[in-house]
Amino acid sequence: MTFLIQQTLLYAVPLMIVALAGVFAERSGIINLALEGIMIFGAFVGVLFIRILQSSEAIIALREAKNWLALQGIEMLTMLVAAALGAVFSLLLSFASINLKADQTIGGTALNLLSPALVLFFIRILANQNTLTMAEGDSASWFMIKKTTLGFAKTADLGFWGNTFLHKVYLANYICIIVFVILSVILYKTRFGLRLRSCGENPQASDSLGINVTRMRYAGTTISGALAGMGGFVYALTTANCASTGDVAGFGFLALAVMIFGNWKPLNIAGASILFGLFKCIAAGYSSIDINGDGIYMLKEISTTMPFFSSHFYRMLPYLITLIVLAFTSKNSRAPKAEGIPYDKGSR
Amino acid sequence: MNNKTPLLRRDGTVKLLSSLLSIVIGLVVGGLIVLLVGAGNKSIGITGAWEGLRLIFAGILSTGRDAAGSLTWGFNPANVGNMLFRAVPVIMTGLSVAVAFKTGLFNIGAPGQYLMSTMVTLIIALSIPTTAVPAGLVWLLAFVGGMVAGALWGAIPGIVKAFLNINEVLACIMTNWIAANLVTWVFDGSVYRNVVENTKTGYIYSTAYGLTEVDGVWTYVKGNGVQTAKMGLDKIFPGSQVNGGIIIAILLAVLVWVLMSKTTLGYQLKACGSNRHAARYAGINDKRNIVLSMAIAGSMAGAAASLYYLSGNTEFYWNTYQSLPAVGFNGIPVALLAMSNPIGVIFSGVFMAMLDIVGLQLTNLTAYNEFITDVIIAVIVYLSAFSLVIRTLLTARKKSRDDGPNANADSEPAAAEAMPAADAADATPADAANSEQGGEQA
Repeated sequence: MTFLIQQTLLYAVPLMIVALAGVFAERSGIINLALEGIMIFGAFVGVLFIRILQSSEAIIALREAKNWLALQGIEMLTMLVAAALGAVFSLLLSFASINLKADQTIGGTALNLLSPALVLFFIRILANQNTLTMAEGDSASWFMIKKTTLGFAKTADLGFWGNTFLHKVYLANYICIIVFVILSVILYKTRFGLRLRSCGENPQASDSLGINVTRMRYAGTTISGALAGMGGFVYALTTANCASTGDVAGFGFLALAVMIFGNWKPLNIAGASILFGLFKCIAAGYSSIDINGDGIYMLKEISTTMPFFSSHFYRMLPYLITLIVLAFTSKNSRAPKAEGIPYDKGSR
Repeated sequence: MNNKTPLLRRDGTVKLLSSLLSIVIGLVVGGLIVLLVGAGNKSIGITGAWEGLRLIFAGILSTGRDAAGSLTWGFNPANVGNMLFRAVPVIMTGLSVAVAFKTGLFNIGAPGQYLMSTMVTLIIALSIPTTAVPAGLVWLLAFVGGMVAGALWGAIPGIVKAFLNINEVLACIMTNWIAANLVTWVFDGSVYRNVVENTKTGYIYSTAYGLTEVDGVWTYVKGNGVQTAKMGLDKIFPGSQVNGGIIIAILLAVLVWVLMSKTTLGYQLKACGSNRHAARYAGINDKRNIVLSMAIAGSMAGAAASLYYLSGNTEFYWNTYQSLPAVGFNGIPVALLAMSNPIGVIFSGVFMAMLDIVGLQLTNLTAYNEFITDVIIAVIVYLSAFSLVIRTLLTARKKSRDDGPNANADSEPAAAEAMPAADAADATPADAANSEQGGEQA
């Protein structure tokens, strides 16, 4: 059970934060198809930043001295850097779709093509292979929080909650959850959030009330870019051993699916991403998941008697469910009304 | 796009110019990155950067290095042949995206359609023994089967778009990943995986392998399978992979052009694309036409896969659930560069394939790698995003000229500040076109 929860969270948290990135862009009226590309970029920037830090003796010494607090600080700093550059990268999309009123889907597609190309180009030059890893150690030995990190003995039993949420976890995941909550509150409970959402529903009305639609849309996509960049790095850190390969396995698109599945609402998105994370987790390790701790691998037994329920099935499920849910809920789906339409002052 | 006015020569010139400009800017951006990286990297240096730069612009004419280590240039039949070989799938996916664009849909589902077609093509080609059925017929069955698979897969987003009003882009993305998982699922544990060659364990047999009964056991034997006919092209371009696929691709492009420009069906499809409601008012079945245009688009993406994998010298990496085939996405720049003109797609497809060869030359001859050509393609797509808008603005303006000042005018100072290169890209053709348009109206 502990394993199941931890693994699900590993997948769910990046999905959740990147889906929220999608919400911020779409609620302001910009379709951000580039989530995947920005994630790839964020992952690359984060890994590169850590590599650069690792080239300094002082940082290596911190690791040698087991200064965990400082290492967690580095992790936070890297998240910030990935977020900042993700935001900068997303400006390419904002500029094309807000200032030039370009087709947002094509703009987003361009970024999705650009990001892996640029990233792989530089990875190949920097590392002479298609993967950029940390210069030293791995994400577990540098950044993972374990019992010993927190000052407990190696043999200490922290109980169910302690074992699940304090042992072998990443601080980055918790930070993402906190950021998710804060931004959701901002989106729904502040004046800024209301204005941002209004620009995605009826920008003409917002403009008539003195809201600067251009600025609001820039804010939406920039926040979106920052979240996606950060999510990309968190994905690389927690599930890909802090390596950048010019690929996030379709997580950006899956986040888009989560966003639609969650009907553009943060609470539903949190639920949807946990569900999708669970599928990912089951697909990755269904043969070794012991749900209730009685030593019986139920899912494995199901798959041996019914080969249909294989890892392929679980991997496909999120996309299939999204398509079906889309089909059934399209009538009352609450997609922002003005998304994808460039704001034109003259039109009504 | 604007099917109401006859295709003015001037209009065509503007379109061509803006495409060429995107290409030039894309290449310049690629060249700049190469120069900057070279200047900042001691192991490459300025000489290396200069070599990289020349290869980006003229890599197709590269013949390698001479004994002294400097680049040599000249006509390289293997390069040109391989370019034509690689052009086949991108021409077809480009046609796929172009047909959808013409009918007002964005087919980002080409990768999924391509994968489904790959699966069906390979299964048909590898399941029917050529000892029982003539190889030519097996080839045809596999080709048609692939196209049908692509069409059916493409029809899914069309159906949900037409009947449930779901954005086709989202439906396409979902069907892409479903296809990627489905194909892996079907091939996982199947008999089609290559177990003969040790180095190819992750791959499906190339279609050169044919099911043959040896001592009562059905096994795959190389040479007993099907391959696209060379049609003499291997004589013209010795040492390359080229085959008759390029001729089939060109024929299909012409066929699509005839369908879209010369038939009632094509007219109806385009009418639905420009205004679905107006088309319905005129008595056109808009739902049927949306499904149909996505199916046609899907069949083209399907043909891309069939033609590529029936070559007999290509292998499919089946464990593909984490990634989508790039050739599907590359159909987007091909269609955008060609302004969705099926004949133009042939040229832009060949151009994309040329970039591919350039990338290979860069990888083989310099410290750079093939990904720089993907950067160039991405820049071209990015520029196309607004050149499309400019043309829509132009046509919209022609219809209602007394609408106040053009909204685009507001954004131009910002454009100049933020990104000079991009600004130049769209402002120049737009301005040129504006003045021409103005003259025409006056």
